[in-house]
Amino acid sequence: MSNAIFVSVVMAAVTYLIRVLPLTLIRKEIKNVYIRSFLYYVPYVTLAVMIFPAILDATASSWSALVGFIVAIIFAYRGASLVSVALLACLSVFCVELFLY
Amino acid sequence: MKNVREWRIGFKNGIPIALGYFAVSFTFGILAKQAGLNPFEAVFMSATNLTSAGQFAGLTLIATAATIAEIAATQLIINSRYFLMSFALSQRIDPETSFFHRLVMSFGITDEVFGVSVARQGRLSPYYVYGVMSAAIPGWSLGTLFGVISGNILPPRMISALSIALFGMLLAVIIPAAKESKIILGLIILSMVTSFILASIPMLASISSGLKIIILTFVIAGVAAFVFPVKENTYE
Repeated sequence: MSNAIFVSVVMAAVTYLIRVLPLTLIRKEIKNVYIRSFLYYVPYVTLAVMIFPAILDATASSWSALVGFIVAIIFAYRGASLVSVALLACLSVFCVELFLY
Repeated sequence: MKNVREWRIGFKNGIPIALGYFAVSFTFGILAKQAGLNPFEAVFMSATNLTSAGQFAGLTLIATAATIAEIAATQLIINSRYFLMSFALSQRIDPETSFFHRLVMSFGITDEVFGVSVARQGRLSPYYVYGVMSAAIPGWSLGTLFGVISGNILPPRMISALSIALFGMLLAVIIPAAKESKIILGLIILSMVTSFILASIPMLASISSGLKIIILTFVIAGVAAFVFPVKENTYE
């Protein structure tokens, strides 16, 4: 087994354990209001922290990324679907970069 | 038939994830090649790990001949956020969901699969998650393969544009809820601002992004749950 395969297997095992433990061990509905509220807020906080400022480094230029960010917010706010918001963000980045370079 | 329908909706929402993954893992493939991995090794890592930051770190671990303990510790820090995501999903699925479904679903928990899964109204069906995975996993693995064998098949313009797809999709997950609730709107703004501040302070900028995500989530969601407890049954 090559070193790369060995490292991949160890990484995959650790990562899978992190993913599988809560979902298999917590089999009941949690009644505690505090924990329920915490879990209710988790996705919004986690995803918001992940999106910003990382989004600014995602594309070839922070300016195109900033435009993509704003375009995505506007269309998401207006209720566009996941697919449309993603594609419109891509399209706006593409157009801005055509203009920049 | 309900399961097939859930799978289809999941697959459709998985398409932007697949496009975004393709762009990111294409870059991963190029770096994997530079790190000396052959196409099989690179695709093997992508298909078994399904995690971007963890795999980029993995390339460094291979280059430095890291020990098992180092490999495990690195992945634990970078990927600990999946623990919270899995915890949150455990409350979104039907409590009767079988052990087998739980084992399979767990494999697919990434930031983006989690995002579109929590955005699904009502009880989360495992088949919906499978649909998302059916698009996302091939996107991630194929992108790696193309990156490692070609290096320059895709024009840089296209890679750059596609790289924002995942962020756009995640915004589409959180913004509609911010429209409904001022508390969530406030939390999203607060989270982005603190994340930005942590990234801007040179002393703190070295904190791994995985660690930063989990610390901020615990603090912000923890305080919010205390100040604004959610009384009604929000998951139904």
